Amino acid sequence: MAKSSAATRPAATRRTRLLVATRKGLWTLTSDVARNGWRLAGPQFLGHTIHHAVVDPRNGKTMLMAARTGHLGPTVFRSTDNGRTWKEATRPPAFAADSGRVVDHTFWLTPGHASEPSTWYAGTSPQGLFRSNDGGATWEGVNGFNAHPQRKTWCGGDQDGTPDGAKLHSILVDPRDAAHLYIAMSSGGVFESPDGGEHWWPLNKGVRADFLPENPPPEFGHDPHCVQFAGGLPDRLYQQNHCGIYRLDRPNDVWQDIGANMPKSVGYVGFPIAAHPRDPDTLWVLPMDGTTVWPRTSPGGRPAVYRSRDGGRTWKRQDQGLPKSQSWWTVKRQAMSLDGRDPTGLYFGTTSGEVWASRDEGRSFRSIARHLPEIYSVEATSI
Amino acid sequence: MTATTSHEAAAVVRVRIPSPLRSYTGESEVLVAVPVLAPELPPTVSGVLAALNVNYPGIRFRMVDEQGNVRPHIKLFVDSDVTRDLASPIPSGATLMIVAALSGG
Repeated sequence: MAKSSAATRPAATRRTRLLVATRKGLWTLTSDVARNGWRLAGPQFLGHTIHHAVVDPRNGKTMLMAARTGHLGPTVFRSTDNGRTWKEATRPPAFAADSGRVVDHTFWLTPGHASEPSTWYAGTSPQGLFRSNDGGATWEGVNGFNAHPQRKTWCGGDQDGTPDGAKLHSILVDPRDAAHLYIAMSSGGVFESPDGGEHWWPLNKGVRADFLPENPPPEFGHDPHCVQFAGGLPDRLYQQNHCGIYRLDRPNDVWQDIGANMPKSVGYVGFPIAAHPRDPDTLWVLPMDGTTVWPRTSPGGRPAVYRSRDGGRTWKRQDQGLPKSQSWWTVKRQAMSLDGRDPTGLYFGTTSGEVWASRDEGRSFRSIARHLPEIYSVEATSI
Repeated sequence: MTATTSHEAAAVVRVRIPSPLRSYTGESEVLVAVPVLAPELPPTVSGVLAALNVNYPGIRFRMVDEQGNVRPHIKLFVDSDVTRDLASPIPSGATLMIVAALSGG
């Protein structure tokens, strides 16, 4: 008898699996049904820098992983058996030979629309957008973006951007329309395409860019850190930016500042943002210190998640179980994830190699893995 | 050490593989046959890497970027001579040594 898939299995029998991608390899954490006990497995690809590892929600068993090593160029590995075996892409993301550009690493992976089960998108450092139509085996540049005459103006040079390389991330595919895409770039800002990536326009009105001249307000060049759809409401986007936290309700094209009500002592800077899978008004951020020289550590050494249940109008600190002092880690933009169960589990991985889990929507946390390498991404799925 | 067929000649080059690339070859040293189209056109490092990639798909891109440049932490030696020029000639019987050099944590 065939095993039932996660989608058909009764909710009461499901478990949660976390793919934990690190600077030195890939680990997997699998829970029991109660999400109380966790089993750590790995490493796979020990020594490889894994920027992102993602399970395909369309079939629950295909995984893609963006990898490189210190010596070797970037590539993508693919598994079709839940991560037991992996095969390298025969043509990884690479810029056109006449472009003069070189992919340093693939940074972000997004499964395509449900109606296109073999399609994936990849974002690279420096900023490039790639698509695979064969499940990740071969990749082509999305030339409507990569070869756009304004791309360099939007993004700056390949040497500009974040300290470990400018990045294209937060590739969002509208669940109602496979051709409607959003991307975000550090730096560059948020951009929208109505036609599968052939045409693009900036979508940054209302977003501050403290590092650019104010007048006139810049149309692009912003620094979004992470952008997500609101759960169940793809006309709403949430954005954690270098300069605040924002919400956008389409068809409006002006972002609303929802970070202003964060406590002043904590601030509105962070990398990840996570939207509740079913409640479009609930989201979480994980603040970091963006003062003075930007330590990018937990503010005051006291880490906490902040949750809003009203679309960002008010925020509640959630830190039960987290260290109360002298804890100076950072959580990167792909390293906070939800498992989508009821109540949804909330998970994050730290630069100090620790994974924290909440099975009650952030009311309490506990550490479920320690002493891993620096964590780059955590992706949770219900299995 | 030149293999000859009825149609074309082939130069055989010994390639020494560093540990980061042995997931492709399974061996620390492999022999690669490179077609020699004409006596006045000796094989090049580029040709050796292309032939290597035929036998071990994907290995070239890990060493050479999409603009045809040797990646920063890869070094190539033709016998005892270091080169970053993929057009460098490499005689039949020579050794191409690939070194992956990186420091830091």
